[in-house]
Amino acid sequence: MSKDVKVYALSTCIHCKNAKRYLDECGVKYDCTFVDELEGDERRQTIEQIKEHNPAVSFPTIVIGDSVVVGFNKDKINKALED
Amino acid sequence: MEVRELYENLKKIQEPKGYYFNEDEDMTFPLLESLLTNKERLGYMACPCRLANGSFEADKDIICPCVYREADVEEYGACFCALYVSKEWNEGKIEKEVVPERRPPEKILF
Repeated sequence: MSKDVKVYALSTCIHCKNAKRYLDECGVKYDCTFVDELEGDERRQTIEQIKEHNPAVSFPTIVIGDSVVVGFNKDKINKALED
Repeated sequence: MEVRELYENLKKIQEPKGYYFNEDEDMTFPLLESLLTNKERLGYMACPCRLANGSFEADKDIICPCVYREADVEEYGACFCALYVSKEWNEGKIEKEVVPERRPPEKILF
């Protein structure tokens, strides 16, 4: 069971930190983008990508395979990893 | 400013209004640190859990305490980033759930 996991986060956000730490504890490999550290086109494009998954553009937005988990919610993360 | 100083200053102002710091200090202190980071980066204490636009005018609604705090604490017992909570939330009388984002996405400018 290995799904692509993408985390859209803010470097200052506690829910993002906690979510990343949880994924680390679960041994899940993921790719993380700190959106607050992006500028210009890269930032614009990344926001557009997030909107496709989470129209509220809130953080963390965690894309696990075909599932999207908004905010740090252990149960939802577990479910998305298992599905 | 040191984080402890910020904590004491804000506590004095906010508690009489019915807004308490999250008593989980592993949440509260990193959030206060992040407020100071944003102050350094942006010049104002934007909500650490929201994407700031980078100008005071465009981020007025998310400068801590944000304009969404009142409605969030009223409905969920905690603000979006969970820095400020109600007494009942701290006492465990309210289920701790993920507070959905109330800020309209249109407020995020490119």
